Amino acid sequence: MTATLNTETDSTTQSAAGEMESKPQELHLRSETAAPELARERGAVLRGVSERDAALDLNDYDIELGDETMIINMGPQHPSTHGVLRVMMELRGEQVLRTKPVIGYLHTGMEKTAETLTFNQGGTNVTRMDYLSPFCNELTFSLAVEKLLAVEIPERATWIRMLMAELNRMASHLLFQATNGMDLGAVGMMIYGWREREELLTFFEKVTGLRMNHNYIRPGGVAVDLPDGWQQDVLDICDLVEPRLDQYDTLLTGQPIYRDRTMGVGVITAEEAIALSATGPILRGTGVAWDLRKDQPYLFYDQVEFDVIVGTQGDAFDRYAIRLNEIRESARIVRQIVDLMPPGDYRSQNKKITPPPRSRIDESMEALIHHFKLMTEGFRVPAGEVYVATESPRGELGCYLVSDGGAKPYRMHWRGPSFVNLQSMPTMMQGAMIADAIAVISSVDPVLGEVDR
Amino acid sequence: MSDSAVADKAITEPTDPSMEPERHGGALVSRRFEQECLHPSRTDYLKVVAALKAEGYNQASDLCAVDYLTYEAGRDLPTGIEPERFEVVVNLLSHSLNQRIRIRVQVAADSPTLASLYDLYPGVEAMEREAYDLMGIIFTGHPDLTRILMPDGWEGHPLRKDYATGRIPVQFKGAPQPR
Repeated sequence: MTATLNTETDSTTQSAAGEMESKPQELHLRSETAAPELARERGAVLRGVSERDAALDLNDYDIELGDETMIINMGPQHPSTHGVLRVMMELRGEQVLRTKPVIGYLHTGMEKTAETLTFNQGGTNVTRMDYLSPFCNELTFSLAVEKLLAVEIPERATWIRMLMAELNRMASHLLFQATNGMDLGAVGMMIYGWREREELLTFFEKVTGLRMNHNYIRPGGVAVDLPDGWQQDVLDICDLVEPRLDQYDTLLTGQPIYRDRTMGVGVITAEEAIALSATGPILRGTGVAWDLRKDQPYLFYDQVEFDVIVGTQGDAFDRYAIRLNEIRESARIVRQIVDLMPPGDYRSQNKKITPPPRSRIDESMEALIHHFKLMTEGFRVPAGEVYVATESPRGELGCYLVSDGGAKPYRMHWRGPSFVNLQSMPTMMQGAMIADAIAVISSVDPVLGEVDR
Repeated sequence: MSDSAVADKAITEPTDPSMEPERHGGALVSRRFEQECLHPSRTDYLKVVAALKAEGYNQASDLCAVDYLTYEAGRDLPTGIEPERFEVVVNLLSHSLNQRIRIRVQVAADSPTLASLYDLYPGVEAMEREAYDLMGIIFTGHPDLTRILMPDGWEGHPLRKDYATGRIPVQFKGAPQPR
């Protein structure tokens, strides 16, 4: 299995790659794992940065090798793993000693696909990555393309983008409330969370024509203007969701069983979270008030008022509470956007980027040519590379885009927050009970479409 | 706006050639769109990153690799940096300085190896595995450099530009062989 397809690969690559490929990506038995490797592998990723790492010494557990511990798979077909996440765990009784997420079951080569799609088409690709926050994906991709293009985006388009991104944050966190509740036995939550999210999806459908995977935010602006009466729709949604969140509080926040199952479970410290590159609610749950909307504002986030929600314990309950309150903050931002939305264009009038309106094609030869060129070849983006990061519901969503001056990205790398956040899961699970593992997976809130891409 | 106007706006401001090139932590600096880029050599890479960590860049946001095999535009590297086929791009973030910095290190095609940042930033573990899996960059010192997205035993590194997509049938572990 050592042969590679690449003509230019030399013997060093082949031997090194062959060596590695002989060792599968799975979690191995203790007896097959060398001592230094085991020390590094504790919790699969976090080695040597935490006090707890040292605390979980094998000698403390009095384990006879290969005798009392066993390695089991959770997933990839387990409903609580949110898709196709496979978690390999070494268990001693019900205690989780080591964990390793094994991913890639949903890998479809989307970064490779991005290289074959024009910048105009790219949105259809990225929107399918984190399928629970499609607007945030499209937004990040569009911002990266626009940075390379150096085009000005009309104010209204930017406000519309912000509106959709915030509504999307609400929808995504509402789904988290639903799945998190169900994972921990509050099965009713599943119905309630979906019910509220449905209101948002209905609005998305009204605006974009689709409930998911919208390709609505495009380089140059947004696809269509907001429909008439959108203000009332949006305010109705806020009026509906906010009191329902208070019901969630009754159902979950104050409920002793739920609190017992989440408080003190899956604890991660701020140092660990930062070291493991965790962002979003995981990092904020540890008390680090880091939110790109506040700290490195993009769009017009510096013109609206909202609070960054932080936790204190870094446990599953904090992450739940942060997401719940972020829905409230998003609703607060949405209400401000309704007041602040200016009239004007919803997309750039730059003819080289934005296709002409349908009506112009019948009248103007130039419009027809532009339309034809944009639809067949796409627009060319000046050569260069750029990294753009935004705050998605799951954390820092980054897009590293390299253009060679053509109409397609030369390379598009996606920094998916779910992919990176998954690394902190083994740390959270270390030494926990297996029932808590479910609470931990749920509280990380990974979207496997984005993890595997 | 014409194509050229768009391009002109994005090009970096030319620097005075007589001036000493800007350096940060011993590495040459380039700037685009107000984003600072460091270009250390492969040997200086770990040292430069360690210096940045000491400066307050406490989180590794992102790490990826780019294959410049078929790149037709000129590479915008500062003078003195020899372009190579692969480039590993690391994005560091400092919470205290509220700044990002990007490190672009050239990796030769004939020995695509680079020191792992694992000891400085454990969070690059999955990202380096991804770069190894999809681009074939070998990170020395990485504790668990295995494929992460592709199945074990997959041949080749799909994100390389000379990876022939579709040339071989989709490989699955344990699939029945045709008789």
